[in-house]
Amino acid sequence: MLRMENVSKTYRHRGQTVTALNGANAEIPDGDFVSIVGPSGSGKSTLLLMLGGMLSPTEGRVFLDDQSIYDLDTNRRAALRKQKIGFVFQTFNLVPYLSAMENVQIPLYLTGCEKEVQKARAEELLIRVGLSDRMHHKPCELSVGQQQRVALARMLANDPGVILADEPTGNLDPETSQQVIDFLEEVNSEGRTIVMVTHDPRAAERAKKVLRLERGAIVSEKAGRNSRHAAA
Amino acid sequence: MDLRTLVLREIFERKSQLLTSFLAILLGITVIVSIKNITYYSEKAVALEMDSLGANVLILPKSATLQNYYAADLQNETIPEEYVTRLAMSDLAGLDNISPKLSMPVELQGKTFTLTGILPKSEFQAKAAWSGAGVFSRPIGCGASVGMMGSEDKKTLARKRVIETLQDNEILVGADVGAKLGLKDADALEVLGRSFTVTAVLPQTGTVDDSRVFAHLHVVQDLSKSGAVINAIEVIGCCQEISKGLVAKINSLLPEAKVVTVTQIADAQIKINRMMSNLSLMFLVIIVFVGGASIANYMYANVFERRREIGTLMALGANSGLVLRIFLLKGLILGVAGGIGGFLIGTILAVILGPRLAGVIVLPMPALALLALGVSVTLALAASYFPAQRAARLDPCATFQEI
Repeated sequence: MLRMENVSKTYRHRGQTVTALNGANAEIPDGDFVSIVGPSGSGKSTLLLMLGGMLSPTEGRVFLDDQSIYDLDTNRRAALRKQKIGFVFQTFNLVPYLSAMENVQIPLYLTGCEKEVQKARAEELLIRVGLSDRMHHKPCELSVGQQQRVALARMLANDPGVILADEPTGNLDPETSQQVIDFLEEVNSEGRTIVMVTHDPRAAERAKKVLRLERGAIVSEKAGRNSRHAAA
Repeated sequence: MDLRTLVLREIFERKSQLLTSFLAILLGITVIVSIKNITYYSEKAVALEMDSLGANVLILPKSATLQNYYAADLQNETIPEEYVTRLAMSDLAGLDNISPKLSMPVELQGKTFTLTGILPKSEFQAKAAWSGAGVFSRPIGCGASVGMMGSEDKKTLARKRVIETLQDNEILVGADVGAKLGLKDADALEVLGRSFTVTAVLPQTGTVDDSRVFAHLHVVQDLSKSGAVINAIEVIGCCQEISKGLVAKINSLLPEAKVVTVTQIADAQIKINRMMSNLSLMFLVIIVFVGGASIANYMYANVFERRREIGTLMALGANSGLVLRIFLLKGLILGVAGGIGGFLIGTILAVILGPRLAGVIVLPMPALALLALGVSVTLALAASYFPAQRAARLDPCATFQEI
């Protein structure tokens, strides 16, 4: 379970204090699919970074499975990320000089997997995302949609319980966006928790819960389409 | 996937950016290795040249002029024989041998020759050993006089200019003297009314020594009635000690005498060696500043360029230690490649250019590989350390577009 208790984040920018998050409270149970929407600068990505253990709050606490993330030092937070959290980025953030196979192997290498295990797992995941014929291609040799599929395979490499997605469909055409959201629904149905920041209302509606942020505060929480399906 | 793959893939992907830094370190190491290699063989050649020359330091009366090295003792001015004792009893390092001389003209069978008194090494060696001190109380030999102990061939005097033993009734004659007087080994010869046995007829040297007759110094002092004086002391000093200031040390030990070296004979070579050493040092400084700055600059640019990639690795769970190792391993690879490449190219250049630049045959020196690798790796790691630290401290939030 992910939990935020009175989390605030303020920055100093050109001598002025900017509030990115203002006393946010949220509880995301295991297996939930939450989308976070709101205008630019509302604090969506800040919230996602905090849930991922990459940005410490000015006030408040963030819990993952009852562990207060920011009570851990940076290296233990990194260890927590590689064990429990998978990331997807808007610009995919693939390592440009590595092949699709090698990109998927990175999280496995970071957890200390043997090379053979890394290869077998990466191959399995790339087949799952439909890239069995592109395993040894570098990102620049892949289409945008294929690059995002590599990123999705990498996201699942360490079998994380929590997936944090920052605008995963932001750079994709409608058809590919649909495929990505389908895939996220599929991995959510496996019991993984998904938190997705998005500007796309149609993508947001596919979640079980939609949180709306404005000026650093969660101003509304409503059920998504999947929640209705689940209820029905 | 492992650390090595991660680093090597990046190097080969962006090799053109790395090229300038690699060339800076490669060229620096190449120059250092080739100069060190040539200098080593050039110094060795000078040492051999000095050795073949025999004595390489002359101690003369203050007023004496040196026009002919081989005839330095053929002048009227004298210095006390006691100077020999002072030298022998001193703690000067690098004195391989001492040969005092007193010369006087002598007429034999109507022809004028030079009678030269020499002091055999055994006499002052015994004196120093008896005192338990001095230059001959410890192991000696930097090359010049090695092999002169034990069974002695007295003809070595012609080349080494030092003799181990010489009895009062023994005499050695130069090649010209032997030829003109028809002398051979074991012949009797009367000089200034005193009878001697010819111990050896010396081989031709092409110097004034060919017209000399050598007898014991004290015998010649008796014959010349000059007392305990000598015209010159020939000293065999180690080349490296001479370059470290042996002459100045002898000067302070014997302030009333004039001390000169025959380095002018090998002067050109010594100048080249000195220039090479200075160049080598200069290039070491240049490589440290230019090569180091070039690598550090490249590494900082590389960290900046890869900040999103580093942030992604951190988001995926890489800790700061791993990021530090990524950049240090890159620096290490750069240093090892520069060191090995620089050693190989530098050695090839030294072997090819050595005979042209310094007139000596140059052979590869494997020991320089250690120097090349040591300098190159230390420099590359030192220059990469701060950029690597910056990378390790990067904020992983850089992976997100909106903060």
